Amino acid sequence: MSLQQYIVDAQDVHKRFGRVEVLKGVTLQVKPQEVVCIIGASGSGKTTFLRTLNALETIDQGTIVVNGHRVGWTQDKNGSWVKLKERAMAEIRSEIGFVFQRFNLWPHMTALENIIEAPTRVRGQSKDEAIATAEELLRRVKLSDKRDVYPGRLSGGQQQRVAIARSLAMKPALMLFDEPTSALDPETIGEVLDVMKELALGGMTMVCVTHEMGFAREVSDRVVMMDGGVIIEEGTPEHFFSNPTHERTKQFLSKIL
Amino acid sequence: MIGITFDWKVFFDYLLPPDRLTRSALYLTLGISIVAQFFGVVFGLVSALMQRSKYRVLRFASGVYVWFFRGTPVIVQIFFIYFGANLFLGYDLFPRTLHLLFISIDGAVLAGAVALSINEGAYMSEIVRAGITAVDGGQMEAAKTVGLTQSQAMRRIVLPQAARVIMPPLGNEFNNMLKTTSLLAFISVRELFQDAEIRYSSSFKPVEYFSGVAVLYLFLTTLWSFVQRAIERKFSESDRDATVEGPGWTRRNFGRLVGGH
Ligand SMILES: Nc1ncnc2c1ncn2[C@@H]1O[C@H](COP(=O)(O)OP(=O)(O)OP(=O)(O)O)[C@@H](O)[C@H]1O
Ligand SMILES: [Mg+2]
Repeated sequence: MSLQQYIVDAQDVHKRFGRVEVLKGVTLQVKPQEVVCIIGASGSGKTTFLRTLNALETIDQGTIVVNGHRVGWTQDKNGSWVKLKERAMAEIRSEIGFVFQRFNLWPHMTALENIIEAPTRVRGQSKDEAIATAEELLRRVKLSDKRDVYPGRLSGGQQQRVAIARSLAMKPALMLFDEPTSALDPETIGEVLDVMKELALGGMTMVCVTHEMGFAREVSDRVVMMDGGVIIEEGTPEHFFSNPTHERTKQFLSKIL
Repeated sequence: MIGITFDWKVFFDYLLPPDRLTRSALYLTLGISIVAQFFGVVFGLVSALMQRSKYRVLRFASGVYVWFFRGTPVIVQIFFIYFGANLFLGYDLFPRTLHLLFISIDGAVLAGAVALSINEGAYMSEIVRAGITAVDGGQMEAAKTVGLTQSQAMRRIVLPQAARVIMPPLGNEFNNMLKTTSLLAFISVRELFQDAEIRYSSSFKPVEYFSGVAVLYLFLTTLWSFVQRAIERKFSESDRDATVEGPGWTRRNFGRLVGGH
């Protein structure tokens, strides 16, 4: 296998909800180990775009290739493209981590059970093996003492760290974050950002929708500004914070900085 | 004075203790109820899942099932299945006695249990559907993002949470079921009501026997309400573990005294 040039290669992605076109041709490429932050006003399509990357939303036009797999489609033996079966799609999804704004931990399972569920069910790992990995992950997110606690008894920041560990247990090639700290109390935001920072330093490829500009500046390689369903500007964090070119970007940044 | 005295002797002879025939009628009422409720839950689950299928035929079939069995009286369904099966299938599906492997069953009992199961399934279908809908959509999505298939996610993530919502109405359904079995008297199943009816018709003591049988039904439904309460308490205990935020009870209430903050 040749080294993949891009982990994410999204070309001209269009998405419509009913008659409203929410994504109007988004093109984004992400190299291995790159950290990309997506910013933009509410309703600009950030969440929708992120969700198309692991087929939580199907797209109407364009192509998305993640980690070498065309998302949602596969080639049959004659070489023509056909829709992927659900099981195959699930397999591709298992290689893409997704962290939600509202955590979505499973409340009837302990922190540990949340983490080992997919490795045992999807990958067929033995329980012992999965538990060993999960305990290591809990150490990494600094929640070893919460191993057997139900999500309802964890703070927001703790829940989000368990959710990150749950994604990491599948050893994903890419992690997607959708405003992972915007549902948190201010005092717990830092602990989640720290975990993300460490992940980035460890070489994880990441696409983060976030308005944490400190994080974007410190950790990301590239910032992407979305507006009205398209990317209107992209560049290094320095570019964005010193001299953004687009008028909408300037307006947006002046509001949140 | 014409017969306005309540014959307590008949009443107590009937109840204290019930004789062999009444006891077996009681067991039959309970047995049919449990079996019909069990299959009702199974049919309801299948029907509710069909309603969420991507195949239109399955959704349609499930819709027709619920529409028909909720839209017609149970007694009509019981007759329809007991007599109609014979008519349409050309042979006696429910003969006097049926030999199934090791046990033999009265055909009417089987037909009655089948009718009640199918009818119950239509009601359970709606209850299960409401339970599934009550589970936040993010739960299923999170399951998908880690690679669980739709059916794995349904089984492992959604249904266990839906069960909490389904339990209370399921309990009420079973309470109803215990009483609805009395309709099987119409096809001569000797359950509690039929047993009382037979006794009344040979003695002409209707009030004594029918108030007696009311006591027996109350006995069953009351017993069930205790079981139901115990189950719900168990559920709410694990609820407390699952959803209460922040520090534990002691810490919350005596935090300052024990030096926490
Ligand atoms: N399932 C849906 N059905 C219909 N419209 C939708 C759906 N999801 C999103 N939209 C619409 O698409 C547009 C873009 O939504 P999206 O959630 O992607 O924006 P966003 O940039 O993430 O905004 P925010 O910062 O508020 O999270 C919005 O106008 C929204 O109302
Ligand atoms: Mg969003």
